[in-house]
Amino acid sequence: MTEWLFASAIGVFTACGVWLVLRARTFDVVLGLALFSYAVNLFIFAMGRLTFAAPAIVQPGTQATLSHYADPLPQALVLTAIVISFAMTALVLTLALKGRFVNRGDACDADVETRFEDVPR
Amino acid sequence: MTPAPEHWLVVPIVLPLFAAALLLLVERVRPAWEAPVSLVVTVAVAVLAFRLAAVADTDHIGVYLLGNWRAPFGIVLVLDRLAALMLALTGVIAVASLAAALRLAGRGPHFHAFFQLQLAGLNGAFLTGDVFNLFVFFEVLLIASYALLLHHAGGRALRAGLHYVVINLIGASLFLIAASLLYGVAGTLNFADLAGRLPVLPAWDTGLARGAGLLLMVVFGVKAALLPLGFWLPETYGAAPAPVAALFAIMTKVGIYAIIRVSFTVFGGDDWMADWGRPALFALGLLTIAFGAMGALATKRLVPLIAYLVLISSGTLIAAAMLGVAALGGALYYLVHTTLAVASLFLIVHAIADQRGPRVDRFGNGPPLAQPALLGMLFLIGASAAAGLPPLSGFIGKVLMLQGSLQAPLVAWFWAAVLGSGLLATFALARAGSSVFWKTHGTVTGSPMAPGDRVGIAVLAVAGIFLIVFAGGAARYSMATAQQLAQPRIYTGAVLGYAPVSPQRRSAP
Repeated sequence: MTEWLFASAIGVFTACGVWLVLRARTFDVVLGLALFSYAVNLFIFAMGRLTFAAPAIVQPGTQATLSHYADPLPQALVLTAIVISFAMTALVLTLALKGRFVNRGDACDADVETRFEDVPR
Repeated sequence: MTPAPEHWLVVPIVLPLFAAALLLLVERVRPAWEAPVSLVVTVAVAVLAFRLAAVADTDHIGVYLLGNWRAPFGIVLVLDRLAALMLALTGVIAVASLAAALRLAGRGPHFHAFFQLQLAGLNGAFLTGDVFNLFVFFEVLLIASYALLLHHAGGRALRAGLHYVVINLIGASLFLIAASLLYGVAGTLNFADLAGRLPVLPAWDTGLARGAGLLLMVVFGVKAALLPLGFWLPETYGAAPAPVAALFAIMTKVGIYAIIRVSFTVFGGDDWMADWGRPALFALGLLTIAFGAMGALATKRLVPLIAYLVLISSGTLIAAAMLGVAALGGALYYLVHTTLAVASLFLIVHAIADQRGPRVDRFGNGPPLAQPALLGMLFLIGASAAAGLPPLSGFIGKVLMLQGSLQAPLVAWFWAAVLGSGLLATFALARAGSSVFWKTHGTVTGSPMAPGDRVGIAVLAVAGIFLIVFAGGAARYSMATAQQLAQPRIYTGAVLGYAPVSPQRRSAP
């Protein structure tokens, strides 16, 4: 049951994320990226196998195998991934806000005619 | 030559990282010292990269265990021939583009700090020995590249930058899925350990591992701008300031490096990858060449034209790398050549655009250049090198690749694509050059090139001349690199067999 719920959660997050990213407005794209990164983080966590009430740090007296413990490595990986995706979301938000003020709009599709005009040299 | 002490391996990552932090302080306290500090660090890293390449040329595989943990358990840096080649190339490009950037740097905050972070990310991506740290260094270099790309940017550059950021973030998510999938089935993320474990997985897990491998190829394909994933490139490179575009010449090569590393070192023992994965990548490479050539013919501006040349070279490299050891050796020589040629062309083309006033880099009637002879010669040489005309390095690289591919099954397609794209690129560049240099009217409005731009172009030109004069040595090095990649056991043996420093060894004199 837990596995089923977990897998569905990842699937729903991914589906919503992909749908939002494909919309051509920056706010939706940022939301979609956030949802997508939730799905990815849950997925990384699941790759250490789902365990219940198992410690990640070796205790004296318990045999040090993965049947008694949660795999600590995916937890470390997911922590790194969360930090990075958090920073990236902040960066995209800044870009989106700046773009909104400079370009006077929320659309993020390219303006083909004039796109190389204001290259700084 | 005796192998360098292992500690030198971490310096190309750590030195720029510290320099970046230091530069943030220097920027506040002594703004005048910023450029010298940045330049000294960049040159030092470049010199060190060449020293490391000399070590790698003795067939010594350098291994550095961070925190002194044995290889599959701790983080490991590995210096083989391929990594050393990429480090040295990065060093040259970084020095040249930093010299050209000195004029630009004062216009916005933190330019030098971001530049050093980018350098740390690039060097780290080439040196790391495991999948997850490859991801981390990809992110480091991408964050820095976003900042450099948008340095002093206006509205449309901002929009191009947003596309670049979003596409790469989605790529990063896929990278994480692939990396964790590999960990889930193999229980390790170390390249060397993965290479040993993947062939002995149970059948069901093998499928998952191959899926993860293909997903990694998608991610690296985004970086290398392989066809269905490369549409972001012309626009982004067109929006980048000149020195940043020159530095970005190495960015697509990171993707190509990662494709070579994963398909040879990690999946080198997997027949399925060799039978299906490589032909697929080969076909995508050919399509990328075709797309790049068409784009180069269609565009009416200089900067996007050079960006399409980047696409052609990416496709050529990927296609050649999938055709066997000899073609891979030629491709590695061509990789060095094309990075230098494209970086210098970006600097030249931006200098031309500067001197044409309001026409910028559009083809057709415009004011004459302030330095038509100098820029004309530079453009002619750069364009001939990029198009692969003799006697320049592009010609040597193409000959090496074509010769190396003779035994491969799909050789006819490869020859047609390489020679045809060379012809079309020559057309496109000749048309661009004649239009920009000869169709002029009115008076000169621009001013001569800044000294930094000249130094940048000169550095790249000298590197290019070395690549021609010492073509024998360079070709021998790249062939030896391909041989080393074709035998992943050398890499895995060196990494997994490397013993941590024991207390006895530490106290020894």
